[in-house]
Amino acid sequence: MPATPHGPLTLILLLLCVWGLIGVTGLVRLDSIRFAAAWLFPMGAVIGLTVAAAGLWALLGSPASAAAPHCLLQVGLPNLPVHLRLDALSSVFLILLGGVACGVSTFASGYFRKHQGSPPGLVCLQYHVFLASMGFVLIADDAYAFLVAWETMAVSSYFLVITDHRIAAIRSAGFLYLVIAHAGALAILCAFALMQSGAGQSTFDAMRAAALTPVGAGAAFLFALVGFGAKAGLVPFHVWLPEAHPAAPSPVSALMSGVMLKMAVYGMLRVSFDLLTGLAWWWGLVPIAVGLFSALYGIVFAAAQTDMKRLLAYSSIDNLGILFTALGLALVFHGVGMPTLAALALLAVLYHSVGHGFTKSLLFLGTGSVLHATGERNLGRLGGLIHRMPWVAWLTLIGALAIAGLPPLSGFVSEWLLLQAFLFSHEIPHTFVNMLLPLGAGLVALVAALAGYVMVKFYGVIFLGQPRETGLALAHDPGFGERAGLAWLALACVLLGLFPAQVSAVLQRVGAQLHVGVLDVDRAPWWMLVPLANRQASYAPLAFLFTVAATVVLTLLVVRRLYRRHERRAPAWDCGFGSLNARMQDTAEGFGQPIRQLFEPFFAMRRHLPSPFDAAPTYRVDIGDRIWNFAYLPLQTLVQRIAGGFAWLQQGRIALYLIYGFVTLVVLLALVL
Amino acid sequence: MNTLEWFTQILEVGAALAAAPLFLGWVGQCRAWLQNRRAPSIFQVYRGIRKLFHKDAVVATRASPLFRIAPYIVFGTMVAAAAIIPSMGTRLPFASAADAIALVGLFATARMFLALAAMDIGTPFGTLGARREMMVGFLAEPALLMVIFVASLISMTTALPLISERLMTQALSLSPSLAFTAVAFTMVLLAENARIPIDNPATHLELTMIHEAMLLEYSARHLALMEWAAALKLFNYACIGFALFMPWGAATGEAGPLGLLAAIPVLGVKLGVAGAALALIETVSAKLRVFRAPEFLATAFLFAVLGLLVHILLGA
Repeated sequence: MPATPHGPLTLILLLLCVWGLIGVTGLVRLDSIRFAAAWLFPMGAVIGLTVAAAGLWALLGSPASAAAPHCLLQVGLPNLPVHLRLDALSSVFLILLGGVACGVSTFASGYFRKHQGSPPGLVCLQYHVFLASMGFVLIADDAYAFLVAWETMAVSSYFLVITDHRIAAIRSAGFLYLVIAHAGALAILCAFALMQSGAGQSTFDAMRAAALTPVGAGAAFLFALVGFGAKAGLVPFHVWLPEAHPAAPSPVSALMSGVMLKMAVYGMLRVSFDLLTGLAWWWGLVPIAVGLFSALYGIVFAAAQTDMKRLLAYSSIDNLGILFTALGLALVFHGVGMPTLAALALLAVLYHSVGHGFTKSLLFLGTGSVLHATGERNLGRLGGLIHRMPWVAWLTLIGALAIAGLPPLSGFVSEWLLLQAFLFSHEIPHTFVNMLLPLGAGLVALVAALAGYVMVKFYGVIFLGQPRETGLALAHDPGFGERAGLAWLALACVLLGLFPAQVSAVLQRVGAQLHVGVLDVDRAPWWMLVPLANRQASYAPLAFLFTVAATVVLTLLVVRRLYRRHERRAPAWDCGFGSLNARMQDTAEGFGQPIRQLFEPFFAMRRHLPSPFDAAPTYRVDIGDRIWNFAYLPLQTLVQRIAGGFAWLQQGRIALYLIYGFVTLVVLLALVL
Repeated sequence: MNTLEWFTQILEVGAALAAAPLFLGWVGQCRAWLQNRRAPSIFQVYRGIRKLFHKDAVVATRASPLFRIAPYIVFGTMVAAAAIIPSMGTRLPFASAADAIALVGLFATARMFLALAAMDIGTPFGTLGARREMMVGFLAEPALLMVIFVASLISMTTALPLISERLMTQALSLSPSLAFTAVAFTMVLLAENARIPIDNPATHLELTMIHEAMLLEYSARHLALMEWAAALKLFNYACIGFALFMPWGAATGEAGPLGLLAAIPVLGVKLGVAGAALALIETVSAKLRVFRAPEFLATAFLFAVLGLLVHILLGA
């Protein structure tokens, strides 16, 4: 493709600025929902699609060497220009950002209604600033620009989370998010400070060139893991996720879960494969351990949830855990000098990032439609919506199957790649590690199978069975915009699942450019994914789908032909007792009960059981998070106690504050002179 | 040789479709003999399926299209699985479409659709069955994957026909890692196919049933397809077991048409022995409570892990 080296980068910079402009335009008519819905969000969707196309252009045009287009912007502080750079890694995540934003913006054009919270114009501004800041995170090439974009992302998403800021629970969820986001940003700052190794240079180029001691590199890696892990929601920094995601409007939760969490993956990839030099191989074991634990923790809690958005939030913790596991595996392979396997694990990271981005956004938007149609987020009050909302139900089914890691959809490809990578981890030339790592595959398989359990619960309770409330009979499918947004994301899930060879051939340019390793995925027939030519493992979803589809159609035809029997509709068999009502179905609590029993040590459970003498017996089970009780509550008390100790400083008299200022000035002068 | 390969492929799928109910009938017959009952005919399962196909279907009023398409999807996935598993010949053109991990994914897809269809009507039994099936499933799936991992580590590939071929060339000795995994696989097979320690295929007692609870609302042709798919699943699992633990006798690439011809009776003998063994296990063991199932499957998982460690430590 004929491309000037700056072509895609300039285009993307321009597009990100246009996003910002669209946001500012929202302020012109602050209270008009129609203006934002009819003009601004669709325009944002078009820009999103263009960003994805530009990312693809950059990715296909990117050379195999590290010579990515650079750009210097003379903005900001004097002598501190903003460095921008667009390489293969950034391009992949830009495609994800643009693609998901396109679907979510289309959906959002029909989603926002009149409500008590922030005015629509303001939401539009925050939303587009959020999108643009994520774009800037991806193309930033120095620590200042990165952190400014990172913090803009955090703050704009904070404001989006508290859109319904009149509800106290939402404000406190937003505050928790903000606190953890800032703690994470601080850790990232420390990581960057360590990586520039005293040179005083904040550019990423300087970090690439810096020679770090093993201890310094390890410390920087740990800081980065804490910082990006806080954003990704790894245990024990996961507590904000299940609070913030349900609080936010659905398009925002979709973007946060689908794209913003992947920014943490991007950051971690950038630091560990590009910027950080001299990292010992065994550091990769840390993200593997943390990731596996987070994955199990997230999915077990997801199974116990009764709020559909909380359930999805916990499922995101699970998926981010899987991503960090794959990342750690890639680091280990990279560190011990096994480039092909490192490239395979890296491919699993990228594939899962992109796949999960589209899938989770689809599911969050689906819950948004359900929420609008029924006004209900509690699984215990839903049910049977497949009859009332067929569009949402069938499109969400694609997302549910993809998250559960079933062939031939996108989730399975990344799971397959990761398991293949795990399978060869016994070749690592270090005892113990080569024995323990294959067991990680067992854990990954357990988590994937549990994801299937969770998705049956999620989908079955919301869309199947009998409606649990009478009001659900009035629910109906959303308008065109919302349906189009859902369909776009579902299409992406299907295509990512059906054409793994093509997608992998594009994605693996990242590994080549970062000097991790190359796979020869191009050599196989176009419909088959063969990541490791000499291992003879292959996967061809098209052939797969074709066989199942052909059998289904053939069976249907044969059965129709041979047995032209009538079909009778009758009420379900009620064992002769009459009145088979909706209360007899499994509730969300009931469906989660086996998991609660099996994984009891994970939960802090409080059961309220009725006594035989209760006039109005109730059963209640509260599921708490042990990590919250053991780590965060003491921390909170500690902070409050310290703050209480300092409170006497705050006397409320201006004269006193002036004295504080004066004393500070004198002390500082004394120090300087 | 290409025509022979395609012929093998078609023969295997056809044999699976035709022989799966026969295998189930054989297991039932052996069970009856062992329990001093008069055995039903070996063709009883066919008769049942035929009878169901000839009936008028009764579909619950609240059923969605998902409920009606699910039997076809479950049946289709089982047929696709039969196309991957080398039961008679190891040169299968379709087998490169999916390796053993994808095969596990295929079974998971079938399970998921079965569970979703069970929840569709909204009866207490359906959801109960779906919940229990998914519980058994998420415990059995990692154990099955670990079994496949051990076999893949020994043969350095995850493609099932190649695993089978490479294990065949090994000496006819019992490698310890495979012995452990064989135990694990048998336990997974029992759990996944709703056999006795986990589920009882012969009862409709609501406290214990899993698989049957999910099928309660199905009738006529839908039920026939579900029953046939269940028979196919058992047949497929048996054939996976043969491919991993007793691959001898299957036709490899060099064998030619005669090898394939010889492989047919070999498969028959293997199925006969496996069916009798299955009936024996089911006769001497009692059904476990539902919440003992995790312990059972955790044991299976540990056996597979033990096999893995033995292989890595001893290289055997």
